[in-house]
Amino acid sequence: MSSTVAAPAAASPAAAGSARPGRGALALGLGAAAVVLLALVSLFVGVADIDPARLLAGDPAAWELVWISRLPRTLAAVLAGAAVAVAGLIMQQLSRNKFVDPGMVGTTESATLGILVVTVLVPAAPMLAKMGVATLFALAGTALFLALINRLPTRDTLLVPLVGIMLGGVVAAATTFFAYRFDLLQTLNAWMIGDLSGILRGRYELLWIVAAACVLGYVAADRFTVAGLGEDFTTNLGMNYKATVRLGMFIVAVISAVSVTTVGALPFLGLVVPNLVSLLVGDHLRRAVPLTVLIGSGLVLACDILGRLIRQPYEVPIGMIMSVVGAAIFLVLLGARRRGRTTARTSPPARATAGGEHA
Amino acid sequence: MPELLDHTPSGVSSRLSPEARFARWAGGLGAATALAIAVFLSWNLLGSLSFALTLRGTRLGAIVLCAVAISVSTLAFQTVTANRILTPSIMGMDALYSLLQTVMVFSLGATAWITTPEPARFVVELALMVGFSLLLYRWMFTSKPGALHLMLLVGIVLATLFRGVTALLGKLLEPSEYTQLQDLSFASFNRVDPTLLAVAALIIAVAVFLLWRLRHSLDVMALGRDTAVSLGVDHRRVTTAVLALSAVLVGTSTALVGPITFFGLLVVSLAYQLVPGAGHGRLVIISALLGTLVLVAGQFVVEQLAGNSTTLSVVVEFAGGIVFILLLLKGALK
Amino acid sequence: MITIENVSQSYDAEVVVDRVSASIGPGLTSIIGPNGAGKSTLLGLIARLQPLQSGRVTVGGLDVTTTASKQLARTLAILRQENQVSLRLRVRELVTFGRFPHTGGHPTAHDRELVEAALERLDLASLADRYLDQLSGGQRQRAFIAMVLAQDTDYVLLDEPLNNLDMKHSVAMMQLMRTLVDEDGKTVVVVMHDINFASSYSDSLLALKRGALVAHGGPEEIMDTEVLESVYDMRIPIHEVDGKRLGLYFGSPQAARQA
Repeated sequence: MSSTVAAPAAASPAAAGSARPGRGALALGLGAAAVVLLALVSLFVGVADIDPARLLAGDPAAWELVWISRLPRTLAAVLAGAAVAVAGLIMQQLSRNKFVDPGMVGTTESATLGILVVTVLVPAAPMLAKMGVATLFALAGTALFLALINRLPTRDTLLVPLVGIMLGGVVAAATTFFAYRFDLLQTLNAWMIGDLSGILRGRYELLWIVAAACVLGYVAADRFTVAGLGEDFTTNLGMNYKATVRLGMFIVAVISAVSVTTVGALPFLGLVVPNLVSLLVGDHLRRAVPLTVLIGSGLVLACDILGRLIRQPYEVPIGMIMSVVGAAIFLVLLGARRRGRTTARTSPPARATAGGEHA
Repeated sequence: MPELLDHTPSGVSSRLSPEARFARWAGGLGAATALAIAVFLSWNLLGSLSFALTLRGTRLGAIVLCAVAISVSTLAFQTVTANRILTPSIMGMDALYSLLQTVMVFSLGATAWITTPEPARFVVELALMVGFSLLLYRWMFTSKPGALHLMLLVGIVLATLFRGVTALLGKLLEPSEYTQLQDLSFASFNRVDPTLLAVAALIIAVAVFLLWRLRHSLDVMALGRDTAVSLGVDHRRVTTAVLALSAVLVGTSTALVGPITFFGLLVVSLAYQLVPGAGHGRLVIISALLGTLVLVAGQFVVEQLAGNSTTLSVVVEFAGGIVFILLLLKGALK
Repeated sequence: MITIENVSQSYDAEVVVDRVSASIGPGLTSIIGPNGAGKSTLLGLIARLQPLQSGRVTVGGLDVTTTASKQLARTLAILRQENQVSLRLRVRELVTFGRFPHTGGHPTAHDRELVEAALERLDLASLADRYLDQLSGGQRQRAFIAMVLAQDTDYVLLDEPLNNLDMKHSVAMMQLMRTLVDEDGKTVVVVMHDINFASSYSDSLLALKRGALVAHGGPEEIMDTEVLESVYDMRIPIHEVDGKRLGLYFGSPQAARQA
């Protein structure tokens, strides 16, 4: 036991994680407990008062409220939070960059453009078809982003997210342009700012699709980990790099499209959760995916509860809370990186994915 | 034959002397801008001539002020921050201004704040803006250099954070206060207050004049911090002055017409392409002319030809974003 | 005369310069020492590029902390190792910037003469209208040195001026340093890696190790196997060739192991 704990301090985070299996298990256990607790709180927070006593007493009105509104809302938060965070994790592996998030690099924006286009052209299309179109747009946006970053003259760690942010901005401008023309700005806002207050039974079930996408991501976790080490490395191991990238893009696109159409954008979620997880257990996706799921849903649940409490009896949309909380966490992470760079001037880059700037 | 030895990639253009090149572009842009302004004022005039001209004149004034303010501040800002990507807007200065406005309404109450005379309110907002900008950005740009992309990312996230907090505070306001705040912060070229315009013109004129006087120091700053210090430029003082003046210019322009994120980047990148190797004196003139031309012509197209079916900022955002990506791909921005 | 009094500097609890006191000049002084000895940092501190954390530095009687930057720029010029310019500048335009401390951006005919003289002195007259990004590394290095000469200061500080230069240009550069000292009466301080180049041309050598001053004296004192061992932790036999003391450090691995 003690020999495994005394892993060399210089080991990479991933190696440190493997040397201390206890830490990962502990984090998972704590995370699961926190999510369950938050989910329970989420069931009982809202304009209409429900307390556990009334539920236990079998009050039919209380149960009805839970079934129709509170439970769907809580499930939606758990599913969307988990999936968007996993999408971020996969996206970071595919672009080999820790500062990338589907919500920041054009994927979510493209999905929004997709629903807008289909809403304008075929207003009567069923939701599932609209999601399909949005997924196709999201795929195209993601492919464009990956193609762009492959053509960058230098693969600077921070240049990659910049290109993504600009691409997202361009797509968003095009989307706003169309929305303005067809008088759909109001509708557009609903997609751009995540909001769980409209979630009722019958309006969230499509989110189970993203649960399936998450499972697929977990099954293929080893492939993504290898792909994250680069094309040459992947080919050297006899794997098909392009196919892996396509699979990853598909998962990311589906998650983005479905979550945007059902709950709206959740800014920074896909960015900060994988970074936190990477600090805790390293970058092997087999270990990272479960914890990402837990932290993602926990964060969304917490922000949603906060949004319901902060301005009672009104609600603040979760997208707004997320953008403030997420941006603040991200700035702290960037600050840690800035300090890390100055103190570790002479040490070699710890990880291939984070070392692009040393020279 | 120095021409024969000249291996510039842009072959033909490099044969022009910088003076001739500048004269040509300044003349061309000046003429084009004058033409654009004439067309803007006279196109399709109906009804009372003086009324329409006053209306359009006010709007034109706002556009020109905003164009000059953003172009010149972006140019100076890029020099003191030693890069060609960062702009005050990208670093979140305009978002900071909106946030300060919201915070004022939030803490003082909308009625108290709105009944304050407009120029007074404006000056208070600008003073706050300068103070916060210096607090926030000065340590970023005067401490350790070299982490450009990191600063850029921090700036973009800060801008998002400011917008997020602004939106959140907006939600926390009483609905009636929120409406009043929206009237305050969502100005556009179509609704410009003439009093505000006069105050803004004065402020922008003074700030641009002060930046103009710094033009030689800025030329030296462009050689890099160590060289500039070695040549006797007080790097910290110039940086502070430029950051403060940028805050004033961006704040004023945002108060007039609202935020236009990529406009400064677009204009200054183009200006550098048009007159490569020019000093800041010339660059200021070229980018101010170019900025005015782009905004006046753009607003004209949006208003008259596209039938107001979109807003200028969306178009600028779209075009500016594409230019930015192309520049990154070319490796022009390091 | 440059005086350094008890100067220390640390970054993130790492001491880079450790209680250094010395008087430098007149003449040509080389700062030598192993990597990470704090040579460039000390040079930057003398030239007020970084604010002093503790201690005091005067150059020609001017305290670098309290004297106005512009006034210092007429007394002292420094050139760092890395000089990347994002502007597309011609060589002559760059060199003209050397006159900035004197003219504030409005060069007179006299300034232009000085610029031409500096260009001539560094053999750059034929390249004066080229853009910096069209030059080789060595040519660009010379262009920056020409700018420093055009600044026409009594004190000239250069951080590894032989970087990027071939043997011929290295020798020419050191000879230029000598004429600056011998004919123009300037005080020149350079950071050098090659101890033989340093000792052959310098009037005095200043050796740093882990931020501290370990030796300071003429070439005949410093070019000594014992002294050099205390600086470099490496045994360097000294051979006298034509009256010059040369260290043969590229010897067999035993040279290092004997230490």
